[in-house]
This record gives sequence, structure tokens and C-alpha cells, in this order.
Amino acid sequence: MASEALRLEELIDRGYQQGFYTALETDTVARGLDEDVVRLISAKKNEPEFMREWRLKAYRHWLTLAEPRWSSIVHPPIDYQAISYYSAPKSRKDGPQSLADVDPALLRTYEKLGVPLAERELLAGVAVDAVFDSVSVATTFKDKLAELGIIFCSFSEAVQEHPALVRQYLGSVVPYTDNYFATLNSAVFSDGSFCYIPPGVRCPMELSTYFRINAINTGQFERTLIIADKGAYVSYLEGCTAPMRDENQLHAAVVELIALEDAQIKYATVQNWYPGDKEGRGGIYNFVTKRGDCRGANSRISWTQVETGSAITWKYPSVILQGDNSVGEFRSVALTNNYQQADTGTKMIHLGRNTKSTIISKGIAAGHGRNAYRGLVKVAKNAANARNYTQCDSLLMGDRCAAHTFPYIEVKNATARVEHEASTSRIGEDQLFYCQSRGIGPEDAVSMIVNGFCKEVFKELPMEFAVEAQKLLGVSLEGSIG
Amino acid sequence: MLEIINLHASIDDQPILRGIDLAVNAGEVHAVMGPNGSGKSTLAQVLAGRDSYTVTAGEVRYCGRNLLELSPEERAREGIFLAFQYPVEIPGVANIYLLKAAINARRKHRGEAELDAMDFLALVKDKLKFMGMDEALLYRHVNQGFSGGEKKRNEILQMALLEPRLAILDETDSGLDIDALKVVAAGVEAMRSPARAIILVTHYQRLLDYVVPDRVHVLSQGRIVRSGGPELALELERRGYGWIDAGEAERVGAAP
Repeated sequence: MASEALRLEELIDRGYQQGFYTALETDTVARGLDEDVVRLISAKKNEPEFMREWRLKAYRHWLTLAEPRWSSIVHPPIDYQAISYYSAPKSRKDGPQSLADVDPALLRTYEKLGVPLAERELLAGVAVDAVFDSVSVATTFKDKLAELGIIFCSFSEAVQEHPALVRQYLGSVVPYTDNYFATLNSAVFSDGSFCYIPPGVRCPMELSTYFRINAINTGQFERTLIIADKGAYVSYLEGCTAPMRDENQLHAAVVELIALEDAQIKYATVQNWYPGDKEGRGGIYNFVTKRGDCRGANSRISWTQVETGSAITWKYPSVILQGDNSVGEFRSVALTNNYQQADTGTKMIHLGRNTKSTIISKGIAAGHGRNAYRGLVKVAKNAANARNYTQCDSLLMGDRCAAHTFPYIEVKNATARVEHEASTSRIGEDQLFYCQSRGIGPEDAVSMIVNGFCKEVFKELPMEFAVEAQKLLGVSLEGSIG
Repeated sequence: MLEIINLHASIDDQPILRGIDLAVNAGEVHAVMGPNGSGKSTLAQVLAGRDSYTVTAGEVRYCGRNLLELSPEERAREGIFLAFQYPVEIPGVANIYLLKAAINARRKHRGEAELDAMDFLALVKDKLKFMGMDEALLYRHVNQGFSGGEKKRNEILQMALLEPRLAILDETDSGLDIDALKVVAAGVEAMRSPARAIILVTHYQRLLDYVVPDRVHVLSQGRIVRSGGPELALELERRGYGWIDAGEAERVGAAP
């Protein structure tokens, strides 16, 4: 057994492959946070008064809050005054009008990441709103989408061009008072993506954002707002990576989804931020609030996430099932290796009649990784015939990792049907040896076993993403076999 | 083909094999019998390269090479196949995926082109039919929800596909009803060839009614205590293991 543990350790020891750093001139605000910084961010983005006031209200509210302590994660105290709250590549000042205006170093960064920013996109059928340290660099496919009336742009641009929509929907799912990190985000968010699909329009391509944290000591505070109007459909992909650093970086994003009557939103995330080194130094602190609101009848929101990165992952993509017959789905693969910690799950809040929710959570823990599923299923008094199915599976690799499941169920209507299944298994020496005795090398065997475990989630990802997700799991777990 | 010389192996410092000597030539079928705890399965697993066992002394030569230097996957690619006593379940992985990965790992090792999906499927279906197996088993997850008989047939199916030079079957007959036993035996018999050696590890004689071995070896307390022709198995059946090692080995009748 000892040698097996050792072997697994080697397997999971392969380093972070996206740890490069792009030398760019950046426009960074001095560290620290006060009202002036909030005003400065707002001013730099030339925001209307309602935005500035909203930020300030959030900041003032934030001052009254304390960091949440209820999750299972542990980390040294975060010094919020040591963070710079705004960093943008300098070239943005003149505003790049086309790819030719974009700093070549930055384009090379995307190339290394495999983000298709240029013509390749057309082939891939992906429109990318690339977020490079807080400011959208280039938004592609905008014209094509505009023909259909679809708005897909950076958040800053939406504030300028579509202030009425922003004003109507911003904070309507995640209010600025929601929680410590969402409130902080509301005060200082720098940019993000905005998407509006008009009534009856089916968005013809997968929309995608690629987040990447680059500068030292900058928190990244993204804000994403997606609205699918009546009968609209959109599938949205979010991918994240960050370069390697010794210090920890804070990421506190907010994503709000709104599905009106008969609308459907699919939101998929592949998160591969720097997880810290083998001793647990460095890595991203990822405190994210994601919530969707099935506001209209027969609407549907699906979250699919593959979380392989970050030192800490704290996120609970949730769905408020307001509309009658609305459907909420959450599918998650969360992998923790070395000293990574993940406390993730979902909330399904059933308010409307005949609402349905499905939760599939796959947690993989290796090394000293700690993995917790935390989920709430709530059925309100008037939510007749609500149904929920929850399945939580944990896979352990080695003998120093941990997996926990914290399901919370609150049912106030007797017609509800709530099911919960949970399992914990270990990648055993047995499975590994079985594959090896068929000529399959240990790296391929681990990858095969883990991908089998995650199959139910991967099959929900768009094809290109499913492939990327499989590779990521491979990269995160494989190591050189001696 | 295979030469085992004074092999000692232990698990958690507990000696299991205490000096095994055995030579198996191409074209031969050997049966290794013995009571529970005699070291039969350990021998099979050590030959396949399971690293929870520590080889403390002795050597194993396979086709002129030192077998003990090779990793389990290298042994498999060099033509060793172990049919598991308890085939392992792998949730979420389609049986056909494992089979294809196994075949292609082997082909790649030999410098052959990987089989494409069509050729592979044609090959599998052929073997499947021979084993009397339902095609649906290909698309189910590896061994998950398989009956005992299906698991064992699946092992023989893998053997048939991988065409090993040395096949080791670890109690493949245990837990099978008579019909399944016949199918499995036919599968093994079909593998008999002048270029191939087969080692049948078994507790009972009954498989040997269908696959008649060239040599029979009886293991007790980690040593081969008696070797002979097929008649040795029959005598064992009649007189029980107590005849071999009275007082220390349990009787065949008492075994589960």
C-alpha cells in the first residue's frame, strides 16, 4: 500500500502548466480600499451616477460585514487594504479598435492558453469576450450577434450603451447586500461580461469568456450579467486561468442570470486558476457568488462547472425557481490536489409550482486536498409538487485527502419529493492494477478512472469544453511516472 | 517460456511464497492447485506485477528476460495476461473503451498501428459471439452490475482479444454454474496453441474435466509440494488436500 500511495503521489504531482507571466505596462491603482478608490474606479470607467451610487452603497454596507466563517475552508486572514482594486493593461487607454491594436504580448498569452481570438474562432464557432485583468480587451462576433438583437459586450460597455438594461437587472438576483464577497464585488468590480438575448431568439453560437488574472496583487472582481428574455436561449462558457505566483490572489466574482418566461440559460465553467504549489504556497482565493433566477414560467437554468484550480474555491451556483414549471440544474466536478480546498455546491430554492431541480456533484480529492459539497434544497410553502434529485459522489486518491458532504434540506410543502444519494469511493490499487495488467499505463489508467467518475457531468459540457475539461483533469492529476 | 526459481514473496512482512520452482514451456497448460491460503493467487499476482507483494528472494525469467524488473503494464504489453479472480469494477468507463485502450496499448508497444473503431468492433463482435456474450455488455461500465458469470466471461473475452503469450487464470472457474463453466472452458481451450502457455490456478478439479492440463502442481504453504500429470488432479479430488499436507491444509470439502 505504501508504494501505491507513493505512486499516486507522483501521478498527481505534475506542475501547473499555465504558469507564465506576461510583461505588460499596466495602469494600476494604489493598494487599499476606501470611498475614494470606489469613486476613482467609477470615474475611470466614466460611469453614470446610478452606478457610482450603487457602488458606494455596496461599499458602505461592506464595512458593516464580517468575512463569513461557516464554510470548511481555512486560510490566513486576507488584508483587504493590501490589494489593488483596479488594474488594466495600459493600451486600453486608447481603446483597441481591432485585434491589430491589441498588445502582441497579450495575444501571445491567449495563444498559449489556446484561446482562439483571431480567425480560428470562426471555425470553432466561439465568440470570446476575453477579460484580461479586469478590462475586456476584444469582443468578437459582436456584429454578427447584433443582427439578431443579441447584446454581448463587456460590462463597462453595457453600462455606457445599455444603461437602462443594466439598471433594471443589475443586483436583481444577487443584491449588493447579499454576502461579504458579493458586496465587495459590487463596490469595486472592474469589468465583466454582459449578455442580453431578446425575446424568442436562440443564440446561434456558444458565447464564451476567458478570464485570466495576470498582474501581481490585484484582486479580480468580475461581474457577469446574462438576461434571456421570453423564449430566448443561450449557452455561455466561462474559462479561467491565472499565472503562477507565490502570494495568494483574491478573486471575488458575481454572476447573475435571469431567465424570463420559457427562456433557457446554460452556463458552463471550466476553472483552472493557479492552485498553489505542492506545499500550498500561493494560489487563487476564489470566492464567487453565482446565482440564476428562473423568473418566468417554464424557464430553465443549468450550471455546469469543472473546478480544478484555485487554492480555495468557495462557490455555490444556485437557482431560484420562481416561475411555475421552471427547472434548475447543477452539475459539478471539483478536484482538489496538494493543499487545495474546495467548499462548493448549490442552492435550489423552489418557489413556483411544479418546479424541478437536479444536483449532480462529483468531488475528487488527492494529496492533502479537502473537498466539501454543501448544498441547500429549499421548498417554500406554496411550491406544490416540487421535485429534487441530488447525487453527491466523492472520489479519494491516496490517504491524506478528505471529502465531506453537507446537504441541507428545508421542505415546507408536503407535496414535495426530495431525493438524496451520496457515495464515497477510493481509486484503489485494485482499479489501477487491473488497468495496468491490461497494458494501460498508470497515468492513462488514472485519467480513465477519473473521467469515468465524472462522465455524467462532462456529457453536459459543449464538445470542445468537454475535451478541455478531460485534459485539465489529466494535467491536474498526472505526474511523471518514474 | 517461464522459469520461476526459488521465488519468495511476502505481504506486509508476512511470507506467502516460500521458494517456488516452476518451469512452463510454450504450448503447455499447467494447473496450479492447492488449498485456500496456500499462495496460489499470490503467485498469479506476483507474476502479473502487483506491487503490494514484495519479492524477497528468487527470480523469474520470462522469454529470456528478468520479469521482476518490468512494470505490470510492461508485462502485459510483453504478452502476460492475468484473468482476475475478482474482476474490478470501474464506474463510468465503458467496457469497450477499456478493451480498446488495452488492445491499442499492446499494438503500440509492438510498433503496430492502432486499430480503428471499425476494425476493432468487428474483432470484438467475433470474440463476443464465441463467448456467448450479449453485445450490450460492451457498452456497460467495466464489470459494474455484471453477474459473477458475466465478469468471468468478460475476463476470457479480454484474454481472447489480447492473445497473450502467457495467460494466467486465477480461479476463473470459481462461482460459475456448469453452463458458464463450459463456456469459459471452451474459451480457454480455444486459446491453446503451440506458441502459448496457460497457467490455470484453481481450487477444484472440475475445470480440468474440460481443459485437460499437461502438468498439475500442488501448492501448500507457499511451496510446490507435488507435481504430476492430469491424474494428480483426479487423485486430489478423491483424497482431498489433507492427503497432501495432513493437519495443516483444510479439506477440499470444507472450502467455500
